[in-house]
Amino acid sequence: MKWLFGIAAGLVLAASVHAEETAPDALVKSVTEEVLTIVRKDKDIQNGNTKKAVELVETKVLPYFNFAHMTQLAVARDWRQATPAQQKTLTDEFRLLLVRTYSKALTEYKNQTIDYKPFKMQPSDTDVKVRTEIKQPGGKPIQLDYYLEKQDKGWKVYDIEVAGVSLIINYRESFATEVRQGGIDGLIKSLQTKNKSGEAATAKKS
Amino acid sequence: MFAKNIVVIAAAAGLLGGCATSGNPKDPIEGFNRAMFSFNEGLDKAIIKPVAQGYDYALPQPVKTGVTNFFGNIADVFIAVNNLLQGKLPEAASDAGRFAVNTTVGILGFIDVASDMGLEKHDEDFGQTFGRWGVGPGPYVVIPFFGPRDARDTAGLVLDVKADPVANYSHVATRNTLLAVRVENDRANLLPADKVIEEAALDKYSYIRDGYLQRRRNLVYDGNPPREIEE
Repeated sequence: MKWLFGIAAGLVLAASVHAEETAPDALVKSVTEEVLTIVRKDKDIQNGNTKKAVELVETKVLPYFNFAHMTQLAVARDWRQATPAQQKTLTDEFRLLLVRTYSKALTEYKNQTIDYKPFKMQPSDTDVKVRTEIKQPGGKPIQLDYYLEKQDKGWKVYDIEVAGVSLIINYRESFATEVRQGGIDGLIKSLQTKNKSGEAATAKKS
Repeated sequence: MFAKNIVVIAAAAGLLGGCATSGNPKDPIEGFNRAMFSFNEGLDKAIIKPVAQGYDYALPQPVKTGVTNFFGNIADVFIAVNNLLQGKLPEAASDAGRFAVNTTVGILGFIDVASDMGLEKHDEDFGQTFGRWGVGPGPYVVIPFFGPRDARDTAGLVLDVKADPVANYSHVATRNTLLAVRVENDRANLLPADKVIEEAALDKYSYIRDGYLQRRRNLVYDGNPPREIEE
């Protein structure tokens, strides 16, 4: 069950990834370090202020994520049966869910540090994996890998793996179940309900 | 023995319980599994988690790290054996070296000197050994008290418990104390994950199931599994 801890620790660092034509590994490193530097100084975030963590994630991390691709990966084969409008709603709701999850994880940050693994790519590559490792006192290092794709506006993250667990693919089965039971609209509704309950909890705390 | 019987009962129930179907080929006994999952969640909420929270609050970090290291050191012996069974000799030698260094210089394992020396800690068990030998994962089973396993890991768990130096310690009171401390220390280490999973999961049961299955697949491939992509 140690991978569960990895998810928490990993998401803290998943809040990661600067600049348009920066190489993917340099991008992961600069954003990770920038976010961690802020969290290390911010007592509110350390004490569980999710709202403040959300603001941090929104400004520093979101520009480097490709949420449309993430949503497509999670919805998998059912993606094609969704209308463009449904695809947009799904992406917006899934984005909200992921942002709140990352922000929550940031509030759980303890003194972990990150090791950046050697990275090699060909100039022609458009899809790469950047490997890092979370080091924590009293535990085995946790593998944390980012999948990035090259886009017009630079590299974007489209999947994150913590200890080999893809945070995106992990939603596939439950999304497929929702679609089987209530169609695409059923899935949208479940996501909206989940996001509303999460927002309510966040609002109550801050 | 108690633990072992439970595993056997659960495995048998798992095999017989083919009636509750869900349509997910990886989880053919989802009905049974969800019931066991609720049972484990209830037990966690009522006893294990509150104690872990107390433990986490009461003890300073260096003590908790020491306890984690202590049990990790005992586990290294068993990890060495599994690496040996998988034919990974350099890793097995490194695990044996870790145990030797940490037990002596690291004062009975409380300080993980070996990691500072560059002997990396591994994660192996009998379920992974079976996987390495080519045994498929089989269906997913939630076992009372132990939590999620696939069929391969359930078989592995029987051996894991049998080979566990703590569970086989002859002085019963000491053994029970050690087992309880290990459970609570492990649980305390997972406390930060709780809130994140509550936040992330649409359905906690399937979030944990799918995370477990991905994780085990990754471990069997020692961190480099072929990527599953189907869009």
